[in-house]
Amino acid sequence: MKYLILIYSNPQSREIWNSFSRDQRAAGLRDYAALHESMVASGELIVSEALADPSLAKRVTSHEGQALVTDGPYAEVKEYLAGFFLLECPSMERAIEQAARIPEAAFGLVEVRAIMALDGWDI
Amino acid sequence: MGHLSAPNDIEDLLRTLSPQVLGALVRRFDDFDICEDAVQEALLAAATQWPREGVPANPRGWLTVVASRRRTEMWRSESARRRREEAAFASAPADIELGAVLDDSLELLLLCCHPSLTPVSQVALTLRAVGGLTTAEIARALLVPEATVAQRISRAKQRIKASGARFRLPPEAERSECLAAVLHVLYLVFNEGSTASSGATLHRVDLIAEAIRLMRQLHDRLPEDGEVSGLLALMLLTDARRPARVSDDGALVPLAEQDRGLWDAQTIAEGAALITHTLATAPVGPYQLQAALAAVHDEAPRAEDTDWQQILGLYELVRTIAPGPMVTLNRIVAVAMVRGPDAGLRELATAERDPALTGNHRVDAVRAHLLEMSGDLPAARDHYRLAAQRTLSIPEQRYLAARATRLAPDDHA
Repeated sequence: MKYLILIYSNPQSREIWNSFSRDQRAAGLRDYAALHESMVASGELIVSEALADPSLAKRVTSHEGQALVTDGPYAEVKEYLAGFFLLECPSMERAIEQAARIPEAAFGLVEVRAIMALDGWDI
Repeated sequence: MGHLSAPNDIEDLLRTLSPQVLGALVRRFDDFDICEDAVQEALLAAATQWPREGVPANPRGWLTVVASRRRTEMWRSESARRRREEAAFASAPADIELGAVLDDSLELLLLCCHPSLTPVSQVALTLRAVGGLTTAEIARALLVPEATVAQRISRAKQRIKASGARFRLPPEAERSECLAAVLHVLYLVFNEGSTASSGATLHRVDLIAEAIRLMRQLHDRLPEDGEVSGLLALMLLTDARRPARVSDDGALVPLAEQDRGLWDAQTIAEGAALITHTLATAPVGPYQLQAALAAVHDEAPRAEDTDWQQILGLYELVRTIAPGPMVTLNRIVAVAMVRGPDAGLRELATAERDPALTGNHRVDAVRAHLLEMSGDLPAARDHYRLAAQRTLSIPEQRYLAARATRLAPDDHA
């Protein structure tokens, strides 16, 4: 089964990060690197990315074959998607276990979504 | 060098020889991880040289010698200690016994399905070491990035090394447990292949054919084992329906609605004969019962000819020897077909108290089906919708949503 772990950012989490000393930030990044490494080592990680600031987002509307591009509506949004892990693991329980290791989970900013698949056909 | 061959023939030949050569090397040197890398390099060399220069007269010997040399080089560079180098020199590769290698695939399967490995790693390693697929092919087949597969394989090899597992048949007492792991892995490979249907999956390597090929090899080696025969029969009887499983518009078609004229009669006959013989001669097991169930379905000329009484009897047996939530639900469908939908609904009300079934969308799907049978169409529609909302399977969702729509064509809610 594949699961998408979504990591959100909100004013509180950003404030905490901004208040960190250089050493604390380095330690935080090391924790992330270790988490990433352990997911790679277990063979569960498919892909993981951090997203650029939402002020850089573009909203695309297609109209008669033309793409109309506007700045994303996210500049004023306080809570937004900041990154994700796509994992393949045996169960939702296991995905939750991994999600709980993400630092943002301490602030309730981590969400696990099951991925739809082409299998499971046995009606 | 011998005769020239078409690239496809060479590919098939390499895939057949790959586990034999690996088996021979591991039997000789014992270090599975290095041997596996060495065999991959020898296969790569053959894949580039043979189409150009022709297939050597003794292709297995050629691969074995090249892989052995490569293995010794790798082994030397890994441990530069003089003492071990001398030992390596003393055991120069030329004396590998080629006679015994045909029999090595079972040991290789057992090693790849070692209990210290996770199922995803067992699958990846089996496909590469026994199936002879490349990392890229396995990645395409499993719909994960190549780097993920490479990681699973290298991790698996490290674990086998660390566990001290040996390349040999386990003692008789442990063998059935080890064999059960092998069967489970081949079943996973088969199921993985069965999910391929449309669009994104068109280019998947044929995992079904691969699983059946490996199952046939295993069956040749262990013809008396009831569960080996049972799983091979199950694969054949399931795969025989493949031509009818996908409709023209790419949607999967459930068993009851399939065009049975498209089923592969020859494969059904082979599977049915195998399972009939096995049930008569071997102690019964779960794969055999699953195969027997598939045979009952396959032998009904029309869905309405299905012998549900026999299916119910088989599910009673499965429930005794290998119970599980899906067995419970499938048995309830059989109960409804034999004794009527109300009997099924009553049993479903009891069964769903099992925590393993709580919140499972298949409970809703079965309830919808039984309600439809009983004529309560609005309730059936609601449960089809609920099931469609909760399933993680795209084809299942399409099917369940279509059922709901069919029961309420004017309702666009």
